[in-house]
Amino acid sequence: MESIEIIGGRGTIGCKKVILEVENLTKHFPLRRGIKGKLASNSTSTVKAVDGVSFSIMKGEFFGVVGESGCGKTTMGRTILRLLEPTKGKIVFKNTDLIALNTGQLKKIRTKMQIIYQDPYESMNPRLDVYRIISEPLRVQRIVKNLHDAFPYIKEVLEDVNMVPPEKYMTRYPYELSGGERQRVAIARALVLKPDFIVADEPVSMLDVSTRGGILNLMLKLSRERGVAFLYITHDLATARHVCHRIAVMYLGKIVEKGPTDDLVKHPLHPYTKALIEAVLVPDPKKRGFGEVLKGEIPSPIYPPSGCRLHPRCPIARDICKEVEPKLMPVDNNRMVACYFA
Amino acid sequence: MALLEVKDLKVYYKTLRGCVKAVDSVSLNIEKGRALGIAGESGCGKTSMAMAILRLLPVNGKVYGGLVMLDGVDILSMDDEEFRESVRWKRISMISQGAMNALNPVHTVGEQIIEAILTHEDVTRSEAVRRGNDLLEMVGIHPGRSKDYPHEFSGGMKQRIVIAMALSCNPDIVIADEPTTALDVMVQSQILKAIGDLRNALDLSLMLITHDLSIIAQTCDDIAVMYGGKIIEYGSVVNVYGNPKHPYSIGLLKSFPNIKAEKAPIISMPGSPPDLLSPPAGCKFHPRCPLAKGICLEKEPELAKVHPDNHRVACHNTDMLKKGTDIWNQ
Ligand SMILES: Nc1ncnc2c1ncn2[C@@H]1O[C@H](COP(=O)(O)OP(=O)(O)OP(=O)(O)O)[C@@H](O)[C@H]1O
Ligand SMILES: Nc1ncnc2c1ncn2[C@@H]1O[C@H](COP(=O)(O)OP(=O)(O)OP(=O)(O)O)[C@@H](O)[C@H]1O
Ligand SMILES: [Mg+2]
Ligand SMILES: [Mg+2]
Repeated sequence: MESIEIIGGRGTIGCKKVILEVENLTKHFPLRRGIKGKLASNSTSTVKAVDGVSFSIMKGEFFGVVGESGCGKTTMGRTILRLLEPTKGKIVFKNTDLIALNTGQLKKIRTKMQIIYQDPYESMNPRLDVYRIISEPLRVQRIVKNLHDAFPYIKEVLEDVNMVPPEKYMTRYPYELSGGERQRVAIARALVLKPDFIVADEPVSMLDVSTRGGILNLMLKLSRERGVAFLYITHDLATARHVCHRIAVMYLGKIVEKGPTDDLVKHPLHPYTKALIEAVLVPDPKKRGFGEVLKGEIPSPIYPPSGCRLHPRCPIARDICKEVEPKLMPVDNNRMVACYFA
Repeated sequence: MALLEVKDLKVYYKTLRGCVKAVDSVSLNIEKGRALGIAGESGCGKTSMAMAILRLLPVNGKVYGGLVMLDGVDILSMDDEEFRESVRWKRISMISQGAMNALNPVHTVGEQIIEAILTHEDVTRSEAVRRGNDLLEMVGIHPGRSKDYPHEFSGGMKQRIVIAMALSCNPDIVIADEPTTALDVMVQSQILKAIGDLRNALDLSLMLITHDLSIIAQTCDDIAVMYGGKIIEYGSVVNVYGNPKHPYSIGLLKSFPNIKAEKAPIISMPGSPPDLLSPPAGCKFHPRCPLAKGICLEKEPELAKVHPDNHRVACHNTDMLKKGTDIWNQ
């Protein structure tokens, strides 16, 4: 198992226990072809959404995954929870091999791993009030027998997400809540089973800037005080820079670089990471500039380029990059990069 | 005289639950060649203001007062036909929120641009074709692709095509409403760079609407910060970013992440923006404001000058703010 020291973030993480280990995780979607919607028999015609990613997350860690639209972040998050079946790879959660579990066992371990979606509007049933929304996982997992018994759990978890007094919010419906409040309810629902690991897929991107901080600080507090580990999926590198302990950068289904946030942001190694950071605009009119962006567009994940997937757009590519795919290799302590010339 | 002058503009929507005061006495100026950024959170009235200027409000929305002057001519009182013929597209054009998805899927992009030119200007078809190709080239799309359909382009390219269309009749002012919101960072910088280059080349004025403070910092000369249908702070970007005076602008700037800054705790403002059906009395920001006092609950502050070079703020507590005091320290 990977053992690392996480410096940066909000201080060092005390406990260095690995909670989740992902190895060579791969998810290819079959491509529907033709008017009859027949599955393509040709094995190369798949969407290589996630194509062999490996990493571990520590207890209490805030682990960020950043990358542009379509690079496979959501697919990876969902596959880790086995909400999607992996094409291949290994997922070990708290020493349990998730791939080996049957449906019943999976349902049981799901109490410990939860997901928060991007859109708090879509992810909850508009006809249920807050009390029912949050009690749902408790009833599905048969932790409570009826709605009434759920009360103490719901009261506690609403207090945890700072919706006080809880009684005031329990009877409200989603449309009676602001976007930020709705996202708090989504977090409360994810927390009510006291999970150890949460996939947070763009949890604040639909919210206004003024309310994002509250949600992010709440999640950071959970990781700090309760040891909940987060897989924080985002396209917003600037926010990730302020909340994550470590960051992994994805491009076309692959992790191209990962490392402690400060190092990665201040001294990016991979040409893609460099370009991504360059492209982030600075909210300061005295520091103007758009940075150098990569030429061309992201290729299709159906036919990713040979060798290094970045080579057609890469400013430093040489012949070998077209032919042999570089592996994600350790650089110094804690950092890994997949580039021959980084 | 400013190129565009908006004075005390009021835009209300009639709804079953009451009247929404989406734009409540907004005044602003845009000089020739300058860029004004309109910042503010979701629902504060940015799009409504733009739509009112271009007379594109939905049926339940109406202008209830104010003036919109273009080169000193009142365009609000013009009749609809004259407005369509001489103002929209020709003088003021718009890149609307989500416009790239509004390209017509059954026509090639070239046809759509040519159509826009022919509708508004008295030119021959070959002249329109030539201008269309020039425009595509200007936004960085090879004119050879004018025979392709929208679905054959990426989101960023479609957005550039929309920009080309907005420029097709040589307008003086372009109003761009969240022109890059749905796009990835790299594409965003390409588009903003293209807009900046075009602005220089054509001496265009720009009104850029966005909730993203980094975009305004990078592209605009001036900024108006809106909250609950009002402008609460207005000035040059250098003044407003460097020395914000309204507690809301201060909070907004503090909660906006900066990748180049040292890692810092993220701040948040308590509460959420007002419901414009029943906004709070007095200053609309008072329920969330750390400085709120008696008068703030009763009287709405005016947008008043706080600095000689036209930096304006609507706050009763401006005097209490000393540079460097951290009112959002949590
Ligand atoms: N069910 C599916 N069937 C086929 N292809 C899919 C499916 N789900 C996702 N994909 C494809 O897999 C790739 C990765 O998609 P994914 O949603 O994981 O990206 P993402 O990084 O989360 O993007 P975004 O930032 O836009 O949310 C994309 O090319 C997408 O079109
Ligand atoms: N057709 C309509 N009928 C009633 N109310 C409306 C209508 N359109 C907008 N509103 C309301 O007017 C207010 C201002 O809306 P507007 O779309 O101008 O905001 P915005 O600042 O552009 O927000 P966003 O950043 O989300 O685009 C909001 O409270 C909105 O709910
Ligand atoms: Mg996604
Ligand atoms: Mg809008």
